[in-house]
Amino acid sequence: MISATEAPSRLLSGDGTLDHHLARHGRLPLLDGSQIIGMARDASLTGRGGAGFPMWRKLGAVAASGRPPVVIANGAEGEPLSGKDRVLLTRQPHLVLDGLQLVARAVGARAAHLYAPAKLLPGLRKVLADRRGAGLDPLPVTPTVAPDAFVAGEESAAASAVAGRGAVPSDKRVRVVETGTLVQNVETLAHLALIARHGPGWFLSAGTFLATVSGAVARPSVVEAEYGVPLGELIAAAGGPTFELQAVLVGGYHGGWVPADLSLPVSQSALAPFGASPGAGVVLALPAHACGLAETAKIAGYLADQVSGQCGPCVNGLPRMAWTLADLAARRPRPGLPGEVARLAALVTGRGACRHPDGTARLIVSAMRTFEADVAAHLAGRCLATGGRR
Amino acid sequence: MTRLHIDWTLCDGRGLCTELLEEMLAEDDWGFPLARDGSAEPAVPAPLENAAAHAVSRCPMLALRLVGRTS
Amino acid sequence: MTDALWYFARGSGVVALVLLTVVVVLGIGARSGRPAFGLPRFAVSLVHRNAALLAVVFLVGHVIGLLFDPYAQLRFFDVVVPFVGNYRPVWQGFGTLGLDLLAAIVITSLLRHRLGVRAWRAVHWLAYLCWPVALLHGLGNGADRGTWWLWATSLTCAAAVTAAIGWRLSATFDRFPARAERRVAPRLRPHLEEASR
Repeated sequence: MISATEAPSRLLSGDGTLDHHLARHGRLPLLDGSQIIGMARDASLTGRGGAGFPMWRKLGAVAASGRPPVVIANGAEGEPLSGKDRVLLTRQPHLVLDGLQLVARAVGARAAHLYAPAKLLPGLRKVLADRRGAGLDPLPVTPTVAPDAFVAGEESAAASAVAGRGAVPSDKRVRVVETGTLVQNVETLAHLALIARHGPGWFLSAGTFLATVSGAVARPSVVEAEYGVPLGELIAAAGGPTFELQAVLVGGYHGGWVPADLSLPVSQSALAPFGASPGAGVVLALPAHACGLAETAKIAGYLADQVSGQCGPCVNGLPRMAWTLADLAARRPRPGLPGEVARLAALVTGRGACRHPDGTARLIVSAMRTFEADVAAHLAGRCLATGGRR
Repeated sequence: MTRLHIDWTLCDGRGLCTELLEEMLAEDDWGFPLARDGSAEPAVPAPLENAAAHAVSRCPMLALRLVGRTS
Repeated sequence: MTDALWYFARGSGVVALVLLTVVVVLGIGARSGRPAFGLPRFAVSLVHRNAALLAVVFLVGHVIGLLFDPYAQLRFFDVVVPFVGNYRPVWQGFGTLGLDLLAAIVITSLLRHRLGVRAWRAVHWLAYLCWPVALLHGLGNGADRGTWWLWATSLTCAAAVTAAIGWRLSATFDRFPARAERRVAPRLRPHLEEASR
């Protein structure tokens, strides 16, 4: 469904073969651990899995944990609206695995894992065999199946799955890095592999991120762009809008709705006022004739269904929040309904082992704000977007 | 500053902590502890430190910890 | 003097049974998350614990009394290893087994902050084995077996525990019946067709 753009691109073009990789990028330069951490710091490289945490600080924390370090390339991509990790692992898997060897060297890892969906693993096993043959992987890499589930890519869930205990998030009193485990998104690792070759200065001026653009666009695709790119350019790269747009969901199912302002830069600072962030680069264009509340209620229902099942406030609160929003979306108003949505959102926030309740609440709060006019219309039994009346 | 950490993967909402630390914790719609200050890891005021330690030791699910770090 | 030991041993055994009954009933009460007998939840849990510790004291008295009693001729070995006694080995064995189980439950409870909740809870389920074993031991082994008052005491204890278990299994047990069950989603459980080929 989602295909990469045909335009030449650093991370997205390629056939996944070792020959192509070596012809284009060459072998990794020899770097020691402190050089690698220094490069990640100087390049301001941040995690591309959604949280956007600076990589060099995670590297430092794992190295200082005093536990036998383990590194994990996280390609789980449980977010249904995201396709960039899959495309990257198909077209440029060697960059990802180069990056994995770099972080392994940076923290002195004893073991390296590639955590990816089952349907990608046969191809990746061949990639790993080619690399072993060429002597590119000083530390052998073990592939592990990532379940097709929303929370399976969460940092502690990935660490737990690789350790054979199931892909469930764990309590964060002891942070994952403090257990000696480094979990990095595959895109972050690919960027590190390029930074090692071209230097942090190059990345600061020419660094990119991968975005998955879908919804009311002509060609739903994975595109590569620089941070700060106007929303309209990302949508244009995906073939342009197919309808007049009402709003755009940025950051995926744990992201936020922003108005369809095509000049809005996709960056941390520009999106913050909307409670959104570039996250894992997910962009969903909502056409003017679709009801944003109904779309959000559908997503909330999916997210409520995707709870790991461990934490009481999330297991109970997310379904309740989803039903309440569904009542509003379906124009079954009752007194105090919007207030109840806001109360439940605040109630679940911060009360789980992972950020699944927080992200779900954030999405819903942003929908209530962005579709404020439609909230009022729905309470009166009408829908501004679909024109429906009950 | 001491904070009360709740391990939600263990908490079963048995309700002992909400009795022993009534000043800090309320019960939510399902009986799970809810910090009155709205924070994820509420700060324990000095006069409540004994009560908090008691709540930690009496939790039937061992879901509570007192932690020192502020983050 | 020797008679005193004998009576003390028998009496403390019966008191321990009554206390264990209180412990089981309050344990179930504490699990419900409801206040009981006018006590707040944390007090139910404290009385549960303290009654258990008191039962241990009486059991120690029971065993020491019998070790030194010339009639009972209990060997130290019999206190630890069940079903090898000289006198009514099966019924006495129930007593030994109950003692072993109770020791495991109490020691793991005192160490539960070190053991972790999983190990502690697994052992704590043995309470449902420990209590009936203790009851059977009293009915079958005691010198007072067949007396009306031991039967009355045992039946009262059995009724109390049966009622508590009945409540435990009923729909009205949970304080929040609408609360969703916490269990790990099957889709996240470990993959068995593992990828490390």
